[in-house]
Amino acid sequence: MEIWNKGVLVTGASRGLGLELSRALVRSGAKVVMVARGAKDLDAAVRVVRDDAATANLGGEAHGLAFDVGDKEAIHRISGAAAAIVSPIEIVVHAASSLGPAPMPLLMDTDCEDLQRVLAVNLVGPFRLTKVLAGPMVLRQRGLVLFISSDAAVSAYAGWGSYGVSKAAQDHLARSFAAELDPVRFFAVDPGEMDTKMHADAMPDADPATLARPADVAAQLLRLIAQAATLTNGARLVAADFAGGGR
Amino acid sequence: MSPAAEPRAAEEVRLLVVDGEHGGSSAHNAGSLPELLEPGDLVVVNDAATLPATLPARDAHGAFVELRLVSALDAPAGSVAFRAALLGAGDHRTRTEDRPAPPPVTVGDILLVGDELTARVLAVASFSDRLVDVTLGMPGPADPAAVWAALYRLGKPVQYAHVPRPLALWDVQNVWAGRPWAVEMPSAGRALRIGTLLALRRRRVEIATVTHAAGLSATGDPAIDARLPFPERFEVPEATARAILRTRARGGRVVAVGTSVTRALESAAARSGEGRLRAAAGTTDLLLGPGTRLVVVDALLTGVHESDTTHFQLLGAFADRAVLEAALTTAEQEGFLGHELGDTWLVWRGRLRGASSATFAA
Repeated sequence: MEIWNKGVLVTGASRGLGLELSRALVRSGAKVVMVARGAKDLDAAVRVVRDDAATANLGGEAHGLAFDVGDKEAIHRISGAAAAIVSPIEIVVHAASSLGPAPMPLLMDTDCEDLQRVLAVNLVGPFRLTKVLAGPMVLRQRGLVLFISSDAAVSAYAGWGSYGVSKAAQDHLARSFAAELDPVRFFAVDPGEMDTKMHADAMPDADPATLARPADVAAQLLRLIAQAATLTNGARLVAADFAGGGR
Repeated sequence: MSPAAEPRAAEEVRLLVVDGEHGGSSAHNAGSLPELLEPGDLVVVNDAATLPATLPARDAHGAFVELRLVSALDAPAGSVAFRAALLGAGDHRTRTEDRPAPPPVTVGDILLVGDELTARVLAVASFSDRLVDVTLGMPGPADPAAVWAALYRLGKPVQYAHVPRPLALWDVQNVWAGRPWAVEMPSAGRALRIGTLLALRRRRVEIATVTHAAGLSATGDPAIDARLPFPERFEVPEATARAILRTRARGGRVVAVGTSVTRALESAAARSGEGRLRAAAGTTDLLLGPGTRLVVVDALLTGVHESDTTHFQLLGAFADRAVLEAALTTAEQEGFLGHELGDTWLVWRGRLRGASSATFAA
């Protein structure tokens, strides 16, 4: 799918992969609505992306909407305000994610409310937002929705239970939407282990040198988006497979 | 007919098919719309999303005033401006005509919505000082995203006294809603789900869109209400104009989901001149009623309303009053519910009232 001049909505856009992907999209000329919970961090992120876009000079735009995707009332506020600024929204990237409490407790030691909060942000939020944003895509018979997944969606690790459960379910959300709404495209994408605040919260002792840079993963996602029409709809993809250039 | 006082699931919505040519009607569930149409037909929906167009505000003296958005105004890039009606104290549970008058406003006044969003009065209508043009603003550098976020955080859907429960934005959107142009829900679409759209496509019924800024039903100010509906913004895209010509060429029929779609399509036809339907965008003051010459729309799917309403009047464009009144009696016998959250009917136009296929023969 072409990126230039496309309306894109990215959640979790104030840092990590969400920020770097927004930056890469805007540099390529997309009109990106960046969504994140904290207004202050989001404002700073939007400024960074705008400054960067000015040098690329492809007409890209960045706009910030400070809402919590885990809150049901926020969903139509996000979709309505986004469509007022950038219309139509043709690509959606669900990059907002919650690990739950840190350090990450065993599943048996996880409070029921903490599991619910992780599911609200990582599963129910993306479901609700997709339900609203994919409707116009069904009419147009065109559109792309990416769910940022994790290795923890397929492998079980001690302490990663609630996060892994939410990501496994989110992968299946992508498959199920794809089964129902093709030719609108839905994919779950494992970005690999990245040097982000979220990774540091989860594994404070990891050596950053062994982790992928979010900017490199964002470049992989741009290649994935460009090839979206040729990929099996609903597939779970690995970002590193889109590294390009003989790697 | 009793009004529906609650939003209902689409699968509960009923549908009365009315034969505008021969008279007669039959009751169905709205989910069976695909079987009631033929392969080759075209269904046109309004893709406007519904704004949270009710904004509670205070004037400089702290007096309550409600801004009820009427329509978006052309504004310089980076700013957001609306025409808005002003209402006095109270909320939707009081009938609009029983609400007290709002405090007086003049050009230059600033109304405060919540703690930060400002509405600066740019102009006041000549016929009512309760109709104003405002520009919306937030503290800090001009940023439309911040203004829209505040509008969506602070606004509520427009609703009326016959629906007491506060409605959420979730309650007033069609499943395909995209552009936030409507200040009241284009409610005929309530009867259709994504499953209905997919079933229509499987039956080889085409689906196309218009965007039409469905406007306010009432403000409570007689001077304003006498002029409703105001001209409404609409857009018929090129793809839809082509779909209509394709449908005509294969002998299919055009079904409008809602009066807003009918107004948009017939307005586009009026601008296209004879023989060829073209894409169109602008504002329209076209009103439907007995004697309206319809050249595009063959059938209208819309809510069922009592015979003394303006909504019932406009169906006169599709069928004789006697046919509609007989159908209304059937709807009542079938236990249909009225008003915008109620049941629906699909009114096929009587053939004698226009010569659509001749006008747009491909």
